[in-house]
Amino acid sequence: MIEVFKNVNVDWLANRRIFIFISIVLMLAGLGNAVARQWSPGGDDAFNLGVDFKGGTVVTARFKQPPSAEDIRATLVKAGVNDAIIQPVLDKPDTFLIKIPLEGGNEASQEQLDQGRARVTTALNNFGVEKDAWEIIGTDAVGAVAGAQLRNKAIAVTLAALVGMLIYIAFRFEWTYGAAAVIAVFHDVLITLGFFSIFQWEISLTVIAALLTLVGFSVNDTIVVFDRIRENRRLHRRDSLYKVTNDSVNQTLSRTAITNGLVFLSVLAMVLFGGEVLRGFSLALLIGVIAGTYSSVAVASPIVVWWEQRLEKAEKSAAATIGKSGAPARVASPGGGRTLAAGTRGKR
Amino acid sequence: MKKKNVLQRAIIILIVTLVGTYIVIGPRRRPSASDFTWSGIKTNLAQNIKLGLDLKGGSHLVMRVKVEEFLKTLTDNNANAIRKAVQDAGLPLNDVRAESSSGSYRIVLDANDGSQLAAMQDIVNQKVGLEEWTASTSGNSIVWNLSITSQRALSDQATEQAKRIIESRLDAVGVAEPLVQRHGSQTAYQILVQMPGIQDPERVKQLMKADAQLDLVKVISPPNPNLATYNTEEEAKATLGGTVPPNRRVLPYLERGELTAAAGQGQTQKKWVVVEVPPVVDGNELRTASATPGQGGADYQISFALKPGGAQKFGAWTGANINEYMGVVLNDEVRSIAYIQSQIFDSGQISGRFTQQSAEDLALTLRSGALPAKIEYQEERTVGPSLGADSIRSGVRASIAGLLFVVAFMLFYYRGSGINAVVALLLNMILMLAALVVFDATLTLPGIAGMILTIGMAVDSNVLIFERIREELKTGKTVASSIDQGFARAFVTIIDTHVTTIISSLFLFVFGTGPLRGFAVTLVLGLVINLFSAVYVSRTIFMWQLNRKKKLETLSI
Repeated sequence: MIEVFKNVNVDWLANRRIFIFISIVLMLAGLGNAVARQWSPGGDDAFNLGVDFKGGTVVTARFKQPPSAEDIRATLVKAGVNDAIIQPVLDKPDTFLIKIPLEGGNEASQEQLDQGRARVTTALNNFGVEKDAWEIIGTDAVGAVAGAQLRNKAIAVTLAALVGMLIYIAFRFEWTYGAAAVIAVFHDVLITLGFFSIFQWEISLTVIAALLTLVGFSVNDTIVVFDRIRENRRLHRRDSLYKVTNDSVNQTLSRTAITNGLVFLSVLAMVLFGGEVLRGFSLALLIGVIAGTYSSVAVASPIVVWWEQRLEKAEKSAAATIGKSGAPARVASPGGGRTLAAGTRGKR
Repeated sequence: MKKKNVLQRAIIILIVTLVGTYIVIGPRRRPSASDFTWSGIKTNLAQNIKLGLDLKGGSHLVMRVKVEEFLKTLTDNNANAIRKAVQDAGLPLNDVRAESSSGSYRIVLDANDGSQLAAMQDIVNQKVGLEEWTASTSGNSIVWNLSITSQRALSDQATEQAKRIIESRLDAVGVAEPLVQRHGSQTAYQILVQMPGIQDPERVKQLMKADAQLDLVKVISPPNPNLATYNTEEEAKATLGGTVPPNRRVLPYLERGELTAAAGQGQTQKKWVVVEVPPVVDGNELRTASATPGQGGADYQISFALKPGGAQKFGAWTGANINEYMGVVLNDEVRSIAYIQSQIFDSGQISGRFTQQSAEDLALTLRSGALPAKIEYQEERTVGPSLGADSIRSGVRASIAGLLFVVAFMLFYYRGSGINAVVALLLNMILMLAALVVFDATLTLPGIAGMILTIGMAVDSNVLIFERIREELKTGKTVASSIDQGFARAFVTIIDTHVTTIISSLFLFVFGTGPLRGFAVTLVLGLVINLFSAVYVSRTIFMWQLNRKKKLETLSI
């Protein structure tokens, strides 16, 4: 039998301050970056929103003899399209994305939207006859209104889905577990969005699909651990929650490593072979899988333990005068945990 | 575990697998031998699985009906009709005005004498259809108000009408298999048009949006041959005393070159004319319209014929107005003016420098009727077939690469039991495709992403089960009870993880749009199927292994 981990016995919770600290630093880095971008004068927007959300036109053009991006830009400027972004497609050197952002008010932008493709066609005629020397293989044009609609809808649907999850987990476990799982999910989404802000990767509808997927994966991971905690609490009623949580994380560790490792590899395959269309999607997932694995061990579980301990302490308010929050549990549990863990090991 | 039990389960699995496989690769008719050759399977596969526009190429348009404009026009028209009804009845009227702002549409009638209001309201109720409006009287005026509910109902009707008109236009121009449906929420007044195979939708877009309002009007002018045209709009208005009364309009007139010899052949000159409101007949009275070559051959013109009702009106009017001028107004522009030589009943021509295509498109727009309001495009997505094929290729390539990783790892790590996982995975893929066919769902690029994720979740289920069985084995339990316990315990977790993901996917499916939906469909189908393939099927294989040997001492896991 090949095993990834043999009888792991790590005291994860002892490091919870460090874990939470790392998480907060990562989240703040992303958020700080987004805020700085948004507020710095002349800076970019917090996120590089694609036409799906911001409105605008993207024309995908394929050339027989691909010109340089500069040539295309020069030709477009000559035809009166000044603000186009020319983006070569990484895995297809003959294909370019030509993006024209929307500007001005509603009426003006509507006009631009209707003419976006026609303007690009006129400009590209300089490279030769259409269909012969070049052809337009795809167009995406989204109006400002539709873009805002798509954006609001994506956010609303995601939040609704999260609430649905929270309710289900609260129903199956306890509401502290549900809340912890949702906090962990927010953590993962924030970190992923932070990367998108720092590197200014474009956020399109497919990236939103990826974010939703990582929400699914993250909750999945968290539930596996929670499930084990629930089971172990029933089996070992005398153990503290601290110890049970540590044991549960340890017991599910090989599953966590295998599943997430496999998912990570599949997603890596998507990044490598999925082509340009899936790139945003796979990048978001790649970061999300790492963050999700981390958060189920290092964010969700500590939150549950901390929260439950607070609740317990609130109940026994007389005992609360002994020390600062969490302190009694920390002193008592690691020692007890070790002896009991040794005991269970012996039984196997 | 009973042998019979295993047999029963095996039969169920076999049937499901065979049916699933047939649904995916079999034809929807009586199969022949050629259906089971490689190329036969390929054609059937292509027929069975419906690809979204992002994979097969085509055009996807979302447009919005400008309902505010529709309601405003409706309010104006009703105000005019009320004024005419009251004036025709000879009742003393001060003013009727339409007050439109977004969300509020009112018609206010001011009378000099409050005692006549009841009589006026009677006349209006008789002559003008105002069922949707609520009338209220105060002082010397009657106010008709359009409630929000009525606004919505009317806007909804306008959107439906626009949808029908767009359908008929697409049909007339010969777009293959278009999909026209309402989009977004009920109050968004959006229409979605999907046209597979269309790569350059410009012409179709223009055609769908085209506004062809045809009116035959009386031109205010001395009789033939003294047509009154004006060089500027102001000049035309000046003849009306500076302001345009409600029963007159000043419209541009593109005078044709041939008519004014001085301007030379082929030149047009923009003039202005005054015409009467309301028109003699309008586009709704049109029976048919078609493009016909003009005398020169290079120019095209549009011949039209009127419906019986319109023809009667037109005949009566032309009979009474011999030697007067009649104008053909298209989209608020006078296209041609001719004097009436004799009574005309039901047909006429619109000339005016059309090319063959513009004449054909215009005739088609006229035939399909006028849109109730202007439409604007909000979203356009066009994918060429080559880009679509690229996407399929990369999606399939990524899935296969991922799948190979997974299969190799499972076989390496779990040895014999890895085969279980691989069988379960493959079955999951087949059944997922079969479910797509059965539910008539469309496979899109995000859908492929959903499938890749399902692979991830399916592997996770197997890993959960196997790891649990390993744990149980380590505690010294027998193989049989380890498998039993392993499945029983892992099942709780699997249910929880699956239900959570299904809940969130259902939100995406119900409230999400296009791409989010395609993703949710495959994910939900895949997860439900996974409960069968990863748990039931995998379990059966283990049961069969247990039964094969009287006492299984070791398990390859």
